[in-house]
Amino acid sequence: MIVIVDYGAGNLTSVKRAVSYLGYDSVITGDSKKIATAERIIFPGVGAAGAAMEVMQQRGIDRALKQAFASKIPMLGICVGCQIIMDRSEENDAACLGLIKGEAKAFLNNMAEISLLDKAVDETYRSINSEKNVQRYLKVPHMGWNGLDVVQPHLLFNGIKPEDEFYFVHSYFPMPVDESSIYGKTEYGIQFASAIGKDNLFATQFHLEKSGEPGLLILKNFCLWKP
Amino acid sequence: MLSKRVIPCLDVREGKTTKGIKFENNVDIGDPVEMARFYYEAGADELVFYDITASHEKRNIMIDVVRRVAETIFIPFSVGGGIRTLEDMRAVLLAGAEKVSVNSAAVKNPEIISQGAKAFGNQCVVLGMDVKQVGEKKGIPSGYEIVINGGRTYMGLDALEWAKKGQSLGAGEICLNSIDADGTKDGYEMNLTRLISDNVSIPVIASGGAGKPEHLADVLTKGCADAALIASMVHYGTYTIADIKAHLKQQGIKIRKILTN
Repeated sequence: MIVIVDYGAGNLTSVKRAVSYLGYDSVITGDSKKIATAERIIFPGVGAAGAAMEVMQQRGIDRALKQAFASKIPMLGICVGCQIIMDRSEENDAACLGLIKGEAKAFLNNMAEISLLDKAVDETYRSINSEKNVQRYLKVPHMGWNGLDVVQPHLLFNGIKPEDEFYFVHSYFPMPVDESSIYGKTEYGIQFASAIGKDNLFATQFHLEKSGEPGLLILKNFCLWKP
Repeated sequence: MLSKRVIPCLDVREGKTTKGIKFENNVDIGDPVEMARFYYEAGADELVFYDITASHEKRNIMIDVVRRVAETIFIPFSVGGGIRTLEDMRAVLLAGAEKVSVNSAAVKNPEIISQGAKAFGNQCVVLGMDVKQVGEKKGIPSGYEIVINGGRTYMGLDALEWAKKGQSLGAGEICLNSIDADGTKDGYEMNLTRLISDNVSIPVIASGGAGKPEHLADVLTKGCADAALIASMVHYGTYTIADIKAHLKQQGIKIRKILTN
């Protein structure tokens, strides 16, 4: 049975629906005992890392997840679940699980120079706005479909094609200290780590449950994964 | 690099999809769940559902539609129309929608935006704006005014000011509908779209007026929109999502490829 961790961070039913569509049973729970002894664990989440960590600590879920990681249970983090596995997050300056070394950082509106935007769009835009002296800022949250550059092979990427895109909605992104924890990168203003992992843990900043067929494929690969 | 989004919009009344011209003479054109699956497979990046059911008592029909859509497609979709309270928002999100869109209720009670953002996160709250060009005048410095009731009621609220306020209250996205362009198939309201998009730092979905792929190309470049809403041009089979995306790609606009298995 796959355990989907409930830590009060948004809607978990969409992940459950996707897992069930793939033909796997799952249960949504915040019970730390069930989490620590699960066959597989998915921890999705929207909302703030700080709030998520607070609920986790209250319910002992933080310890359960650390224990599960040490016991080699296959674990998958999604979105905020990809940020709270870092040491800390800039969001609410929150201490996090520390399963992967590094921090979750904020996107800044001025992070991207206009040149990083799509060339054709950019040129049209510049020609229109050159007289008006309008500055184009990076829109935050990073919302929509974006690519994935696989920088290190992983079993969960089996069947993923270079042109596949994934759905993102986030204002913070993970920044691992160790390059070897980074499996995929995405460009939005900067190149950021959008898929990270270590041993029996894998996490994506994008929403696997909302990324169409490629998202379902990674989710399915996870359901079969024997790290 | 982030792709520009192509978003079919489905109007739903009492569980059936309709497409009205200027909000009148609606005709049933299909089952929303079947249409959602159709557009999912056809390469839509996201879907928008507007519940135009008149009676508040029949809203549970829409919740059931949302639940069935959520079991059928695995891309984001938002639901708007008749969302008045935090409880309305919660019901739609729990049924499986990714986002909920507030429009006239937010004009009357802006706090619903901040309440929704606080309860569910900014990314869940879309500010829907119906806008008419009225010319610059006192209280409407941008020349664009917020309207409700399908354009029949002028609210004395400047569209640009409202967009900025919506963002500061916590809206994660703006769905900007030009009542003047809606149903004309003559193209999006470019000036309005660019004005709003330039002055907020959240994504803007352009809505109203799409008749051919060139219109989307224009609004996603010159109009500075992050996404474009389409309805009748695809509902009646005049164009497919593939036709539209092929044109956008040809124009050098970054789009998500349609996957063929």
